[in-house]
Amino acid sequence: MNDLATYNFAYLDEQTKRMIRRAILKAIAIPGYQVPFASREMPMPYGWGTGGVQVTASILGPNDVLKVIDQGADDTTNAVSIRAFFQKVANVAVTTKTKEATIIQTRHRIPEEPLRDGQTLVYQVPIPEPLRFLEPRETETRKMHALEEYGLMHVKLYEDIARNGHIATTYAYPVKVEGRYVMDPSPTPKFDNPKMHMSEALQLFGAGREKRIYAVPPHTEVVSLDFEDHPFEIQKFDKPCALCGAANVYLDEVVLDDKGGRMFVCSDTDHCEGRQAHGHAGPMLARPRHQCKEPAE
Amino acid sequence: MSAVPLLKVKDVSKFYGSRIGCRSVSFVLYPGEVLAVVGESGSGKTTLLSCLSTRLMPSSGIIEYHMRDGQYRDLAHMGEAERRFLMRTDWGFVHQNPADGLRMTVSAGANVGERLMAVGDRHYGNIRASASDWLRRVEIGEDRIDDQPRTFSGGMRQRLQIARNLVTSPRLVFMDEPTGGLDVSVQARLLDLVRGLVHDLGLAAVIVTHDLAVARLLSHRMMVMKDGTVIEQGLTDRVLDDPREPYTQLLVSSILQV
Repeated sequence: MNDLATYNFAYLDEQTKRMIRRAILKAIAIPGYQVPFASREMPMPYGWGTGGVQVTASILGPNDVLKVIDQGADDTTNAVSIRAFFQKVANVAVTTKTKEATIIQTRHRIPEEPLRDGQTLVYQVPIPEPLRFLEPRETETRKMHALEEYGLMHVKLYEDIARNGHIATTYAYPVKVEGRYVMDPSPTPKFDNPKMHMSEALQLFGAGREKRIYAVPPHTEVVSLDFEDHPFEIQKFDKPCALCGAANVYLDEVVLDDKGGRMFVCSDTDHCEGRQAHGHAGPMLARPRHQCKEPAE
Repeated sequence: MSAVPLLKVKDVSKFYGSRIGCRSVSFVLYPGEVLAVVGESGSGKTTLLSCLSTRLMPSSGIIEYHMRDGQYRDLAHMGEAERRFLMRTDWGFVHQNPADGLRMTVSAGANVGERLMAVGDRHYGNIRASASDWLRRVEIGEDRIDDQPRTFSGGMRQRLQIARNLVTSPRLVFMDEPTGGLDVSVQARLLDLVRGLVHDLGLAAVIVTHDLAVARLLSHRMMVMKDGTVIEQGLTDRVLDDPREPYTQLLVSSILQV
């Protein structure tokens, strides 16, 4: 028996969780609408996922299985720290397998494997306001959302085409949710935007510093904004993943040496490992180890 | 000119606490008519303009606008959504400082196209075509379409601001000292341009200015304001050539003759 003070389950006190759950319920009721909430100080700096952590802490139950990814990977600092945090303060089961998880907290990616009914995806959001860099006043952007004045969003896309000949926004690509609110899908690559559309899983977005929560309930229409003559397109990759040979997935570029050597691998590490375990192999995995260090390019 | 007024203003007053912004201003404006509001600094011109354009709520009085559906609507009783829609479609507002009316960090083409996108135009090619057409009409080279207005001179910015306002073919344009801060030769070209556009498009306009030459060149009628009240109004040529009020006489006679 130790008489040290202990944490409440999942770190936050029950009143705080109650407040956050109310915000989440409201967000689900109005898809894409940013609900203000009284964001708490968390034992990590802003920008490390304080919003996502608070949402996860509020919805987490003792029987949940938690997966945390950062840029698609389970083994990066941010993911490891947050996973360890919840192991410590909630003692929940954790996993790296998308299929087994009930709650997936993510930064910058949506898993490649389609999410199913009953799963919840929690996004860490740095700047929830899609209109922020076009209109600096919060009072004005709120009014624009209220009155559905979204012409300005297209001004941004227009500028893209005028400068680059195509829509050059590659991440945080604005979407319209259920035909009403324009929403920032957090800095996920636009490659992931189609996965949000009619997803079976519940998607929750938490912005800790900006004190906003928003949501996309299951089976909700999520449409990426575009022009009639410049339709929305996702990124395409020339080669499949170098390790598992998967095509039509989002790839990370990994620089191998200072002689121009590089490889493209799945950003979703669980997806990549799963495929390798099933016997799929990319061009670089098949090679003996000594050749991997000096790939011919 | 049509027999039905576009704007009916009745006894509009605006008080800032116990101070008077403007008091009991009444007039009607017909389609295609240009009204100049002149007076010295602090006479209530800009307050009046802000009340007319719904940027300020008048303390009392009624402002009615003839909507496209033929009905008169009291601006004070309009919903905010409707009012803002009106402001970006049927109305224009040209600020004295172009930086207030333009988005300085997006290209000239996007500045002109913004209103089109706001009313639901979603075809890049068409938006760009109307933007370049409007740049040509306000005498800005079409090769500047992708440049940001901060690279433009003062006169070009002001012309760009006018293009941006006129792209949705409004029926009523408010202008607050449109030539303020420009040198005389640039002023002359701008006035020429505005006069041409107003004439070609059949625009009604309310122009606030302290420059009587601007009023003379652009307006059909004018109102002279002093200490928040209208002291004289009438046809521009009549007021300027035969001012009745002592203050108007003072104003007219204080123009430097070169």
